[in-house]
Amino acid sequence: MASILRCRKLRYVEPVKCSTLGLESLETLKSSDKAEGGASAVVVNTINRSLPGKRRRRPTNDWRYIDWYCWMVGYLCTTWWLLLLLSHFLSGFQAPESPGSKLKREGLKALHPVVLVPGIVIGGLELWEGRPCADGLFRKRLWSSSFTENFRRPLCWLEHLSLDSVTGLDPPGIRVRPVTGLAAADYFAPGYFLWTTLIENLAKVGYEGKNLHMATYDWRLSFQNTEVRDQSLSRLKSKIELMFVINGYRKVVVVPHSMGSLYFLHFLKWVEAPAPMGGGGGPGWCAKHIKAIMNIGPLFLGVPKAVSNILSSEAKDIAFARTMAPVVLDSNFPGLQTLEHIMQVSRTWDSMMSLIPKGGETIWGDLDWSPEEEYNCDSEWKKNLKASSRDQSHKTNISDGQLGFRVKESVKFGRIISFGKMASKLPSSELRTFDFKDLSCGGASTKSNSSCGEVWTEYDELSRESIKEVAENKVYTATTILDLLYFVAPKMMRRANAHFSHGVAENLDDPKYSHYKYWSNPLETKLPDAPAMEIYCLYGVGIPTERSYVYKLLPSDQCRHIPFRIDSSTGGNNGRCLRSGIYFVDGDESVPVLSAGFMCAKGWQGRNRFNPFGISTYIREYRNKPPTILFEGRGLESSSHVDIMGNVALIEDIMRVAAGANGVELGGNRIFSDIIKMSERINLRL
Amino acid sequence: MSMLRRRKASEIEQTSNLGDRKEIESKFDGNEKEKEKEKVKKKKKKWSCINSCCWFIGCICSIWWFLLFLYNAMPASIPQYVTEAITGPLPDPPGVKLQKEGLRAKHPVVFVPGIVTGGLELWEGHQCADGLFRKRLWGGTFGEVYKRPLCWVEHMSLDNETGLDPPGIRVRPVPGLVAADYFAPGYFVWAVLIANLARIGYEEKTMYMASYDWRLSFQNTEVRDQTLSRIKSNIELMVATNGGKKVVVIPHSMGVLYFLHFMKWVESPAPMGGGGGSDWCAKHIKAVMNIGGPFLGAPKAVSGLFSSEARDIAVARAIAPGVLDKDVFGFQTLQHVMRMTRTWDSTMSMIPKGGDTIWGTLDWSPEEGYNCGPKKQRSNDTQVPDHNNTESLDCQVKSVNYGRIISFGKDVAKAHSSKIERIDFRGAVKGNSLANMTCHDVWIEYHDMGWGGIKAVADYKVYTAGSILDLLHFVAPKMMKRGGAQFSYGIADNLDDPKYKHYKYWSNPLETKLPYAPDMEIYSMYGVGIPTERAYVYKLNPAAECCIPFQIDTSAEDENAGSCLKGGVFSVDGDETVPVLSAGFMCAKAWRGKTRFNPSGIRTFIREYDHAPPANLLEGRGTQSGAHVDIMGNFALIEDIIRVAAGATGEELGGDQVYSDIFKWSEKINLQL
Repeated sequence: MASILRCRKLRYVEPVKCSTLGLESLETLKSSDKAEGGASAVVVNTINRSLPGKRRRRPTNDWRYIDWYCWMVGYLCTTWWLLLLLSHFLSGFQAPESPGSKLKREGLKALHPVVLVPGIVIGGLELWEGRPCADGLFRKRLWSSSFTENFRRPLCWLEHLSLDSVTGLDPPGIRVRPVTGLAAADYFAPGYFLWTTLIENLAKVGYEGKNLHMATYDWRLSFQNTEVRDQSLSRLKSKIELMFVINGYRKVVVVPHSMGSLYFLHFLKWVEAPAPMGGGGGPGWCAKHIKAIMNIGPLFLGVPKAVSNILSSEAKDIAFARTMAPVVLDSNFPGLQTLEHIMQVSRTWDSMMSLIPKGGETIWGDLDWSPEEEYNCDSEWKKNLKASSRDQSHKTNISDGQLGFRVKESVKFGRIISFGKMASKLPSSELRTFDFKDLSCGGASTKSNSSCGEVWTEYDELSRESIKEVAENKVYTATTILDLLYFVAPKMMRRANAHFSHGVAENLDDPKYSHYKYWSNPLETKLPDAPAMEIYCLYGVGIPTERSYVYKLLPSDQCRHIPFRIDSSTGGNNGRCLRSGIYFVDGDESVPVLSAGFMCAKGWQGRNRFNPFGISTYIREYRNKPPTILFEGRGLESSSHVDIMGNVALIEDIMRVAAGANGVELGGNRIFSDIIKMSERINLRL
Repeated sequence: MSMLRRRKASEIEQTSNLGDRKEIESKFDGNEKEKEKEKVKKKKKKWSCINSCCWFIGCICSIWWFLLFLYNAMPASIPQYVTEAITGPLPDPPGVKLQKEGLRAKHPVVFVPGIVTGGLELWEGHQCADGLFRKRLWGGTFGEVYKRPLCWVEHMSLDNETGLDPPGIRVRPVPGLVAADYFAPGYFVWAVLIANLARIGYEEKTMYMASYDWRLSFQNTEVRDQTLSRIKSNIELMVATNGGKKVVVIPHSMGVLYFLHFMKWVESPAPMGGGGGSDWCAKHIKAVMNIGGPFLGAPKAVSGLFSSEARDIAVARAIAPGVLDKDVFGFQTLQHVMRMTRTWDSTMSMIPKGGDTIWGTLDWSPEEGYNCGPKKQRSNDTQVPDHNNTESLDCQVKSVNYGRIISFGKDVAKAHSSKIERIDFRGAVKGNSLANMTCHDVWIEYHDMGWGGIKAVADYKVYTAGSILDLLHFVAPKMMKRGGAQFSYGIADNLDDPKYKHYKYWSNPLETKLPYAPDMEIYSMYGVGIPTERAYVYKLNPAAECCIPFQIDTSAEDENAGSCLKGGVFSVDGDETVPVLSAGFMCAKAWRGKTRFNPSGIRTFIREYDHAPPANLLEGRGTQSGAHVDIMGNFALIEDIIRVAAGATGEELGGDQVYSDIFKWSEKINLQL
């Protein structure tokens, strides 16, 4: 305190010079201002200590830096507080009426209990048992909320989040468990809402703990393993039964989001299957307990994003990318190997495999054909110029001046991964065919050197030659992508194979389809016998969404373990569908329309072999409208994959159904995209 | 600011010192110059005032950030190092110790929190509670109490008629383990136990916190929230998913009564009960390990209801005791608190049960031989100043009449029963004279009573456990009418009487039979060695205009220091809140062996934990504490619980472990078994 006083005094002696000279130093200090407060405070202290010597030479100058620094900080803080205060008062006037209070005035009351099923990466995880490095974190969140721990001890954090790479369950000595209750996924990080808006609005019409439940599960595990390890499915079943009873025998409305829709599909089959493998609820269980399933942003047929994710850990899910600083993630800091670490961790998560595109070439298109082929990127692109300009990842050179340029040949979306831009455009006859059986996986150990830290990825086991072979001008469709993944990540796929399947069933009555690995694939299961049940597909449209990738082979590098990378240099005039190595189609930023809407639009429409009892399906699309002003936060009419949970139209739909309305009363289908046309092009036997 | 002013003054002084007699003329010039200078300075000063403010804030911020950074950079284990350096190595927590012994999670565990320890959150509120949606109103930091106290009181109160939600307000219990692991930041309740159980392999799927809205009467938690159904379903689920292993239930404080209610509810047929059938408990419950259970109520509840004084420890700690105790600034804190707590039905579950038979008559009480002096001295010498033995002997001779739970005046508390003149208050007319407008908007039922009623109450002089009920009926008719439908405080003559099928008897152990579950075990675990409130000396509040007309007479103190009377309160052995008699009697006598209260002969065990205050400040709330809430961090208790959860029986624990005179006192109680 004494030094402060002294400091104050000196500054006072020469105020005039201070104001003129200080301004120059102000600029330099501004930058350090924003940096860690502690670090700059250290500077202050060191200057304080070295003071007497310097004072003799230039008596006043050094003091001014500190003074101006403090002044700046104080000034910024004060204005910040003032603004905060102002916005606190202003926000009261600005908020439009929430759908909850609107519907409450209409007289809606809580009727059907509601079950929320969160998606991947959204639910919180907490530590129950850990290694010594995680001391003091007992029952603290490792995933979601503030993520402070991953900055403080990143390696420890990664170690605790990964699973055993052989069993896909806990590694020995580590127990990380999902957070239970509504708190598990209401906010992902402070201020980044997920379910909060929906919960708040539901509460307005009378929902509370007894008729609102969050079905949390460990999203890293494969679906069946959540039952094996945590009995999550049994708990969900018991919870639904309980809510059904205590709310006067009213059926529940289930609201799954993202991967939750696959999880709940799995649950539907599990609960009716006989006891050792399933829940033993009997064939009438769903009909008795479930009124409607309102899938938000469902990815019934998987997402292409998952492929690039597994292959090279790039283009991770939106929430993931937002959490980790994108700069750290994308650039290859020497020695940090962030991507390698993430790959190593995320490859132990079985649930990732549930997101690989399903249905193969029938759904996703082959070398020359794809259901979206007539999709016109220009119009969508123009429409969403505004939307995507705020998005860093879509930053392209808009000033190309060829907005109206129309290509004759359409984009070959079916080639989900192509190595080199040329390969993505060549006619199929010029492409080399390729058989993975030719490749030998051996002879790889030459690469294992110790100088690169101890990050180990499965790529190290592959020989350089075979990697080259994989990459040379090759194109992979939704079917061959599985072979590719088998090749580059054999361990992971071996585990996955026991839990997930990605094909199309020929004969659904085949007894093999009673195995649980087929339960989360809508193309290999029948919907349950529940004719009164309704299935909704609620998703956003109007945002460019990743559909296929142009890859490149990286030059051999000892310390770079991932040999492939998205070729972000490609882009340009191909009808704007290709930007920085990624072909875009319509969707909600994560899930293409095809994956979200096809099952409701065609695969389950009417009475067919996937839907033998004629459960009615409805499609509700929500067009994206980015927030107009800053005050609106993430937008009341946004339709991107996560932000859609704050979309007022969607919330209103859900609340109406929860209060007893059916799909027809909502207004039936509401479609903006070409989903019907696309679905018609898909030649799937129904 | 004072700094600035001082500096200015010194400058002027300096200039005046410079002034020389010889140059008066020039001094004038100089003065003018100085004036100009001062003008400039003033300008500068204006500028620098705001600036120095900014500067100051900036300094503070930077230092704060720096410290924060240091704090964050500090490894988490430093506090432990410091502690160990001072006190020597700490003993292993019981979880680690037993894990080394090879114990593993076996039976699922159910926690039943007590009154005031569970968190409550807002689901729907009035205008004034905007922005508090799903924020904790109770538990956590209690920030709202200070920010908008009246709004908070309004939202915490229940409807005075129904005992349910007031219109437009929905406050609901927090679900999950977070509901009661910490009461306030740093003030653990269940957290230590949970952490130790986790060491041997427990996790969320094998641990369940049966949180309920502790403000409601027990049956109303089912009516409003279906809490009992949810507990039943959760227990069934845990038994099913853990390979048919029965659960170990651990109720604490009022949770003990709640679970007693649950056991009757679950076996009763469907409309009123849970319809589980008569063998539900036998199939699903291995042991009930009651921690500090007020089976027969607590005298504290009486004073709480009567005058809102000496409420449960947790409340007193949360709400600043200074504000609560004194009537400062006309805030009428006590009146607000009283109005709020009187809408809570659950407080009535803790009124002493069993009447004079259990708690003693005017001249007799089971604890009558109890010697407060040496016991206190041994266990807690900080509270009692040293005194010589002769006085405590003196005290022993004149035994205290604990049976008189409330007496008006110290003399009355001691006089022989034949010497007390009593005027029956029951017929007294309630006047209206007290309803004056000066009392602001706080309304309490005392205002309806009138001076005549209050006088009549005071004239009756002495109240025993039996007549206490009449007293409460008299002073708080509305509350007791609600309470009468939910709770009962008597002793059953014939337990087979069909009227005992009503839910209001279910939480009274003296009016219910234990379920048919011969393999089940009931433990009574409680702390001893702390003076505990047992009877009160009251006085009429002289300034009875707006205040609560009765007050504990804190001046009533015995001259001989070894006495049990301290500050108007007679104390006995207990855990600071619940007397030993209430916590131990059922397991010591009424349920021991095959009795009419325990027809299937469920085994009972008493485990007492002698209180030892924390040796130093670093130990926090102590690992050997016996206090009502702090006992949840008692290592011996945690070890017992873990052993039972891992499969041990009561005999393997070592059977009874008794330090107090509970068996002797139980003998004295003449209850037909």
